[in-house]
Amino acid sequence: MWQIFHKLGSPKWFFGIASTLMPWLLVAGAALLMTGIVWGLVFAPQDYLQGNSYRIIFIHVPSAFLAQSVYIMMAVAALVTLVWRMKLADVFVTAVAPVGAVLTFLALFTGAVWGKPTWGTWWIWDARLTSMLILLFLYFGVMALGAAISDEKSSARAVAVLVLVGVVNIPIIKYSVEWWNTLHQPATFKLTEKPSMPAEMWVPLLLSVLGLYLIFGWLACLRMQTHILAREGRTRWVKELVQAREN
Amino acid sequence: MSEPLLQAVNLQCERDDRILFRDLSVSILPGTLTRVEGPNGSGKTTLLRILAGLNDSYSGDMLWRGRPRHTYREEFLRNMLYLGHRPGIKPLLTPMENLRTLMAGRRYVTDKVLWQALEGTGLGGFQNVPSRNLSAGQQRRVALARLLVADEPLWILDEIFTAIDIHGVAALERLLVERVASGGAIVVTTHHDFNLPSMHRVTLGGRHDHGL
Amino acid sequence: MTMASETKLPVRTSEESVSALSAMKAVFSRDLKTAFRQPQDLLNPLLFFVMVVTLFPLGVSPEVSFLREAGSGILWVAALLSVLLSLDHLYRHDFDDGTLEQLVLQPQPLFLLVLAKSLAHWVLTGLPLVMLAPVLGVMVHLEGNSVAILCLTLLIGTPVLSLIGSIGAALTLGLRSAGVLLSLLIIPLYIPVLIFGTGTVMAASESAPVGGQLALMGAFLVLALTLAPFASAAALRISLSNS
Repeated sequence: MWQIFHKLGSPKWFFGIASTLMPWLLVAGAALLMTGIVWGLVFAPQDYLQGNSYRIIFIHVPSAFLAQSVYIMMAVAALVTLVWRMKLADVFVTAVAPVGAVLTFLALFTGAVWGKPTWGTWWIWDARLTSMLILLFLYFGVMALGAAISDEKSSARAVAVLVLVGVVNIPIIKYSVEWWNTLHQPATFKLTEKPSMPAEMWVPLLLSVLGLYLIFGWLACLRMQTHILAREGRTRWVKELVQAREN
Repeated sequence: MSEPLLQAVNLQCERDDRILFRDLSVSILPGTLTRVEGPNGSGKTTLLRILAGLNDSYSGDMLWRGRPRHTYREEFLRNMLYLGHRPGIKPLLTPMENLRTLMAGRRYVTDKVLWQALEGTGLGGFQNVPSRNLSAGQQRRVALARLLVADEPLWILDEIFTAIDIHGVAALERLLVERVASGGAIVVTTHHDFNLPSMHRVTLGGRHDHGL
Repeated sequence: MTMASETKLPVRTSEESVSALSAMKAVFSRDLKTAFRQPQDLLNPLLFFVMVVTLFPLGVSPEVSFLREAGSGILWVAALLSVLLSLDHLYRHDFDDGTLEQLVLQPQPLFLLVLAKSLAHWVLTGLPLVMLAPVLGVMVHLEGNSVAILCLTLLIGTPVLSLIGSIGAALTLGLRSAGVLLSLLIIPLYIPVLIFGTGTVMAASESAPVGGQLALMGAFLVLALTLAPFASAAALRISLSNS
């Protein structure tokens, strides 16, 4: 058991596994995502209330979904970093934080684009949008701290502490923003209160969420490999790998 | 042969992509003085901070009296005294206040003993002067006064002779020798030429050129 | 020879060290003592607080109706910013003069010593802000009841700011441009306290019951008291490891 765990923690072992996994992740992810999006944008029925503008959910929802779960994944990795000092875990956190930030931004941006036809304004201090904005701040904080500490190990551990503090705060932030929202805007159009979706809508949505997860997996592997190469540049296996690729 | 107080087993430490040392094993026995040597940047301070438990970015094992140190952290800290580059002296407080707060976390010592310790390090008459009005050497002496009241069997002292005048150096050497003779374990780094017949040496940075 | 000498310098058990409570007291009183030797440093966050509050009537509107509505928010934001401003000092001086190393090497649990430092920070910054708040509350035309509730929320909320801020101060210790970075890390974490702090006062001004909100803020405080010192202690260890 311990051996497997240690093996999992070895960057060299991960590098190999990632290389074999990545093509599958990319192909499967792209296929699912394309199917979901094309189905959703072209073939799914119109919404009886919002017409065609609702179709942005096929991008908005997957990115918002993933933006939040990436932070949770980072928190798990952060815990592993602090408790077991597993190298791979801290590589994951540093490699994935910018991806999470981009996804959060994408969710905010598509939310704004959706807001224009729905609410008649680009931005509204809606509880969900506001929470996402704060999530974006949290991602920025993680990235800024990671960049400010030059020593990789200390940087990884400091970032891990921050990510864990953040993840404890996320539910509190979400709850307080919702409370604040009801305090200020008692009656706005709520995205959450949509009646149950027909299958023609939620199936493509599910596909694109799954697809984006797989694409994220591919991207995470790719970025982790890059970080591992930079970090392990002096080790023998990296040098051998580079030589093998050059020949 | 008595059992070692502190042992480092197969230590490896890298900093900013450079390996400072690897496969380094050190045993600190009671009644010995260990001098860590090496050129600038060879990791002397880092090693001392690892031994003192301030730096934990290393791989390898640290044992306190034969047991993993991290599980006996409190006992280890209670029995170890570390003096670093920074003296640990608040400029706004007087030497007496500084010494009192430093000791407050470790054991109860009467003011009289502290007063005498300060006198013993040549700070008689300065006990109640704000430390920022003291010279760098005097500030270090405030920190050194702790050695006169210390009951910790293990001392880890980084660049202890810095900014101390000739008389002070001689007195400090005597103190260290006496301490070792009465069973204390001491780890030092120093650029000052300091030799004891039974001194252990740990040499770091073997791969570097020693010339300029 | 060694046998004889070992009796002179025996290894002490951890029970023989100073109790955590008296070590905490020593840390707390040292921080107060050093702060009072440099009173200007204590005054600066307060002056900042007053000046930021002054900016709003000047920059937005001096009208009573606006100030009465926005007053609690203005005071809370100003208090939050001035706590943020003072956080950089929390560990910086100790780090520079080496007392922080000695603190970490004390045999008592570090999180308790960190808690003592955070409490000292609150006594030196948060508490004076709370005491100044009624004056400023009157200047932004808050009504009597609202002023009282505002002070109460600040009293419960500012310790949370100190405790959470301590984590950020510990994480950014020894870094270049630590001040701005510290704000980036900490502001998102301050948002719930801000929301409930101002929300409670607004609810009070509409004569709505505020017991629930105050209880929630109390819960924040308890949570921060129990969790933040652990995070700060871990962060301090990491920062010192890196120095």
